[in-house]
Amino acid sequence: MRLRSLLLIACLAVMPMAAHAAVQPPSGDFVPVDETVPGEQIPALPLIAAAYGFIWVGVLGYVWSIGRRLQKVEAELADLESRGK
Amino acid sequence: MLAVAAGMFALAPFMINAAPNEATMGLVYKIYFFHMPSAWMFMVAAITAGIASARFLFLKRPSADGWALAAGELAVVFGAFTLVTGPLWARKAWGVWWVWDARLTSSLMLFMIFVAYLLLRKYGGPGSDKLGAGMALFGMANVPFIYVSVNYWRTFHPLTSVVPTLPVEMGIPLWYCVTAFTLLFIVLLRMRTRLEHQRARVEALYLLEDES
Repeated sequence: MRLRSLLLIACLAVMPMAAHAAVQPPSGDFVPVDETVPGEQIPALPLIAAAYGFIWVGVLGYVWSIGRRLQKVEAELADLESRGK
Repeated sequence: MLAVAAGMFALAPFMINAAPNEATMGLVYKIYFFHMPSAWMFMVAAITAGIASARFLFLKRPSADGWALAAGELAVVFGAFTLVTGPLWARKAWGVWWVWDARLTSSLMLFMIFVAYLLLRKYGGPGSDKLGAGMALFGMANVPFIYVSVNYWRTFHPLTSVVPTLPVEMGIPLWYCVTAFTLLFIVLLRMRTRLEHQRARVEALYLLEDES
């Protein structure tokens, strides 16, 4: 069951990428280049680091917060159930 | 599933680093690989909260309220990701942190609706579940407007046509990140809903204790 779920997830992950790779789109809005654009006034790296850092910290903090709240509620639930017996 | 999502997130920087720079925006466009999936999950969370609220209101399913509250909280989390990473990208790409165009303004409105929803659920007292459900439905109705807004109103924001026309070397890391964010959303929604259902059980047991 677990293996089937993992296979399903893997297929779901690969399908859009494969579809995207299979269909070479017409010229779009975003044009790739090999080098960084010269003469940049505002450095991009701190902005990128801030964006990715914010999401990483946010996700970790939120998972921790749910885990802590869940632990507290489940302890309370166990206590109530043992009192009811 | 949490382990798969964590593994995908750990590999994401390598995928994104391998993607080429963009001709006019340069390196900073790489914020897009986390910004766009965050924005999609923001809208998916709002739709989930709306559908669960409709089930709670019209079909009288009490467990749907737990799903709605969980999705409402996720809308705020992913909304915050979207509204923080967007201006960081805009500062470099547009030269300003923020513009009051239809896409940005309506996204901010959706975020504020769900912040208000959470405040209502926390401090609203008896009856706040039904009032909150109505609010979540209103939030969900905002989503299609946000999605198409870039195609109808003048804006600096990339149009919805960007995703299908992305070159392969940019499209593959993007879809990889979309998958990672979708998995993360599912994991967080299930964890948060479980918390809400356990809380409901605790409340029911306290009520039972008071009655006996």
